[in-house]
Amino acid sequence: MSGTTSTTPATATTSQKTPRKAPSSREGNPAKAGWFARITLAVICFLWIVPVVGLFITSFRGETEANSTGWWTVFTNPGGFGFVGFDNYTQANATADLGNAFINSVAIALPATFIPLLVSAFASYAFTFMHFPGRDALFLIVVALLVIPNYVAFVPILDLYGSLGLSGTFPAVWLFHIGFGMSLAIYILRNYMGTLPLSVIESGRIDGASHFQTFWRLILPMSMPALASFAIFQFLWVWNDLFVALVFIGPGENSPMTVSIQNTLLSQQGAGWNLVTAGGFFSMIVPIIVFLSMQRFFVRGLTAGAVKG
Amino acid sequence: MWLKAINTILTVIVGIGVAVLLYWLLNKIAELLPSRLEDKIKPWLYILPAYLALVVYLIYPTIVAFIKSFQDATSTEWVGFANFEALLTNAGFQQTLFNTVLWMIIVPTVTIILGLGIAVLADRLQPRYENLSKTIVFMPMAISMVGAATVWRFVYAYRPAGSDQVGLQNAIITSLGGDPVPWLQQSQFHLNSLLLMVMLLWAQIGFGMVLLSGAIKGVPTDTLEAARIDGADERQTFFRVVVPQIKGTIVTVFITTLISAMKTFDVVYVMTSGQFNTNILGVEFYRQLTSNFNNGAASAIVVLLLIATFPVMLYQVKHFREEAAR
Repeated sequence: MSGTTSTTPATATTSQKTPRKAPSSREGNPAKAGWFARITLAVICFLWIVPVVGLFITSFRGETEANSTGWWTVFTNPGGFGFVGFDNYTQANATADLGNAFINSVAIALPATFIPLLVSAFASYAFTFMHFPGRDALFLIVVALLVIPNYVAFVPILDLYGSLGLSGTFPAVWLFHIGFGMSLAIYILRNYMGTLPLSVIESGRIDGASHFQTFWRLILPMSMPALASFAIFQFLWVWNDLFVALVFIGPGENSPMTVSIQNTLLSQQGAGWNLVTAGGFFSMIVPIIVFLSMQRFFVRGLTAGAVKG
Repeated sequence: MWLKAINTILTVIVGIGVAVLLYWLLNKIAELLPSRLEDKIKPWLYILPAYLALVVYLIYPTIVAFIKSFQDATSTEWVGFANFEALLTNAGFQQTLFNTVLWMIIVPTVTIILGLGIAVLADRLQPRYENLSKTIVFMPMAISMVGAATVWRFVYAYRPAGSDQVGLQNAIITSLGGDPVPWLQQSQFHLNSLLLMVMLLWAQIGFGMVLLSGAIKGVPTDTLEAARIDGADERQTFFRVVVPQIKGTIVTVFITTLISAMKTFDVVYVMTSGQFNTNILGVEFYRQLTSNFNNGAASAIVVLLLIATFPVMLYQVKHFREEAAR
């Protein structure tokens, strides 16, 4: 029954959709953009965004104001805003060493995004375009591993890192995220590569290109939408991760922003609300920029891989 | 600080460079072989690093977890089923299990219902507003649960009656004349767990909505028109024509959210640390591992979770084989 979405290659569906969408959705729902849809969505969007607005406003309020009156009172009583400019940000930075934590987050997230991308792209190429015994069984194992929750690995890997002396280092988390990003990456990329026209690859092979060349010059560029969507997914996931960083790095010199904020600003002894909000907002800037600027690719690549299900 | 930044950039480049070099070397090694052997060996070289990662981080730990779940806290002696017995007969742990089950039922169900609802409604707006509203709902996905905690504290915050409320929910209640409520401590009917689920839903519904919306747009228009000509109203068209055609996507979204609900950790850890009867398996695992130093109990929790994921895993594999067979 899952007809169109699953049997036709999902990429084709998405690329056709863009030109087709405008007329079909308008024709399909004649004058249905009625007040009900508009008001409901407006309310939903309002509810969705209100908490973030509160955070943003509070991060610019003075300590006493932020801790004694609700952020919404600034609309009715602007005098009680207690605007302090970027003071909270500087102070949060000093308290939780957020500048350092920011660099750590970058140092953790970039390799933990790009290395699995490369590794899974090679594997997906082999799974899609090469023939070898046991190929389908090996791929099914990858699919099965998709559901394994990551804390399954904490106890054994802690032991392993302990004996290798890796605990607390960046490679410790890189490798962990490589392992746990791998099955999703192979799944998305193989699904996408399966939709690429075989003729292009074959003509490359006839011209005497090796697999290595075909991979770099043809398949990688053609798989960009899927690569981009996995990259964004993985980047957001690693940047926002608290659990893995907490276990394998912990608070200290190498801790990323999530751990620093949780440990110094959010924990029981608790800093003032003005600092918590400044730290919180600071940690969101990069993922939100990445998300907003790459949203298009994200959706396209994801529907390619996931709509299959 | 600058030194650290430069150092970081170098680390990043070296890390990624080593990965590229590895493949270049593997390929060179393969090319040194006679060409018939080369073709046979290359696929294995291409999947080797990926499989190595899967074996070390997923397969090997799963096996070790099973072994350690039958051993004592320091993994030195065999204790049979003692870890499981101790956990399953403990009233606190039973509550933890029950809470986890609640997360597994409520989060995916609400994601599907609200995700579908928002997708259908947004589809009826002009493209500009459609994109805007979808972006707003999708955006929290970019926010970490630590960030979300800083956001949602302002919604659930509690101050004793009489003082100014800084939390939105209590401000609304007191302005209506009620008494402020310490929301996250209200465990009757699992209200506080539900409030924590709201945070996860806030972050995740957008993901489901975007996938569902893509599927809804892929439904061929002629099937909709045929239904309308046959006299079906909007509701019938949706449930009898649209829903059956996007069933595949609904299942995908359900499973994806189910898995993420199963492994939830951050929300609960950051907001309540599992107190006030909000504990779930992920947080209990962390507590056993880092406060109780009980590897046996921690591994037993992992095994329970693996058993719960097993049907999902079987379904995924079966489903994928059906897809591939077409």
